[in-house]
Amino acid sequence: MAGEEYRKPLPQPSETSRPFWQGTQARELRLQQCRDCGKRIFYPRAICPFCLSEHLDWVVATGKGKVYSYTVVRRAMHPAFQEDVPYVLAIVELDEGPRLTTNIVGVGPEDVRVDMPVQAAYDDVTPDITLLNFEPLLGPEMN
Amino acid sequence: MTLKRAAAITGIGELKPTRNPDGKTTLGIMAEVSRLAMLDAGLEPKDVDGLLIGPPIVEMVPMWPSVLGEYLGVHPRYSNVVDIGGASAAGMVWRAAAAIAAGHCRAALCVTGEASDVETFYSPRARRRSQLPYREFEVPYGPMGVNSGYALIAQRHMFEYGTTSRQLAKIAADQRTNACANPDALFFDQPITIDDVLDSPLVVDPLHLLEIVMPCTGGAAFVVVSPEAARQSPRPPVWLLGAAEYATHMMLSQAPDITTSPIAVTAPKAFQTAGVSPEDVDLVSVYDCYTITVLITLEDAGFCPKGGGGPFVAEHDLTYRGDLPLNTHGGQLSFGQPGLAGGASHVTEAVRQLQGRAGSRQVPNCELAFVNGNGGVMSEQASLVLGR
Ligand SMILES: [Zn+2]
Repeated sequence: MAGEEYRKPLPQPSETSRPFWQGTQARELRLQQCRDCGKRIFYPRAICPFCLSEHLDWVVATGKGKVYSYTVVRRAMHPAFQEDVPYVLAIVELDEGPRLTTNIVGVGPEDVRVDMPVQAAYDDVTPDITLLNFEPLLGPEMN
Repeated sequence: MTLKRAAAITGIGELKPTRNPDGKTTLGIMAEVSRLAMLDAGLEPKDVDGLLIGPPIVEMVPMWPSVLGEYLGVHPRYSNVVDIGGASAAGMVWRAAAAIAAGHCRAALCVTGEASDVETFYSPRARRRSQLPYREFEVPYGPMGVNSGYALIAQRHMFEYGTTSRQLAKIAADQRTNACANPDALFFDQPITIDDVLDSPLVVDPLHLLEIVMPCTGGAAFVVVSPEAARQSPRPPVWLLGAAEYATHMMLSQAPDITTSPIAVTAPKAFQTAGVSPEDVDLVSVYDCYTITVLITLEDAGFCPKGGGGPFVAEHDLTYRGDLPLNTHGGQLSFGQPGLAGGASHVTEAVRQLQGRAGSRQVPNCELAFVNGNGGVMSEQASLVLGR
């Protein structure tokens, strides 16, 4: 990244979401868990969307999940993404339950499948922001 | 109390969609279609006391009802901006009926309009700065607007139910046949086949270019009046028989289930209020930003079993002369999508068909229509049953 300006839209962490983005910088996928109803929550909120509790704790997730669905973007809408086409935009369902939007990296678009096991991959796009991508799960689970 | 026969649509006004604004302004377009709708309903501005507006997508400014009301000489006793994306027009119908039933107004003008083209629609807008979760947790990963959202829905539907691209393409091809019988359609006189759809470029897998709606310029308005006023109407009233609305998410990742939409809630309620079922419907006029939208709508509204949409569209003729006439104006895929006026085209086409003035594409003995409006990524749904 040195000397090169990052031109894509960046997240602007809020008071509520900052622990999540600090987590990605530390190579951790952090989720909120409601102290009252026990549900895991993503995206970060000030209030539990299941029981309205304000007591939400941060927990570290396994970083593992499955591709819930994916698409190959062949024409970028934001000009800064044009150099990346074709790239894979996906919804991943975490083993802990919540789903999130992400990119699948480390594999060609033609080899991505729905239900494919994946694991978190972190991309330090600026000194302040590390995006959460996913890559095919490596290791014994693949067999 | 329900809204069954609480109000009727008696007039419509619509512009033929064009690729570019050609010097027209959004306000000018909204005024033009409003005038047409009032004339069609036999009303003057002083007769109109309700004003509902679907906000233009590329020109979101405050207080549209006041701006347009002042321009038209309409002094509304009931103003409303209905901002539920593509579901706005269908949502306006029942809101107007509710206001009428509640005695707040007697004649409500419902207006949409857009002065846009592909470049303007897709250009990044600086004023859209906000800290919405969408900007923080989706935009950094490069979604292609809502195109990628519907692609994700289609991909998952294929995985769960074995739906094929050929089945989806059939919807676009049948709707184009309808557009070829509608001189006002943007793609009039440009027939396409299923293979043409499948041969068009993949834009966002598994969706091809011809499965994706095209932003353009146009507008549509309609007038909803009280039963008393409907009896004075120069045209046969089109009655609201049932309506329901439901929204579950903004970001697709937050949807409870991306292959089953809130239509599974709204359509049964609308049918129940009307006292009819999908088998009774003569015309299906449903939001079609993408082919997959139509397929899921047919499933969730109960025209076929869940997951059976692929074989269903392959086995049925969806053209105006077919066994299940669907989007007989061409749908937005072939008629055009002028902002929220695209969603309004499903209302205006249902009115035309039910009033028997759809010309060469008229569905014989058309008495009952199912209309659906869809906003976001199948996030917001408004279902209507309209009848003679
Ligand atoms: Zn809770």
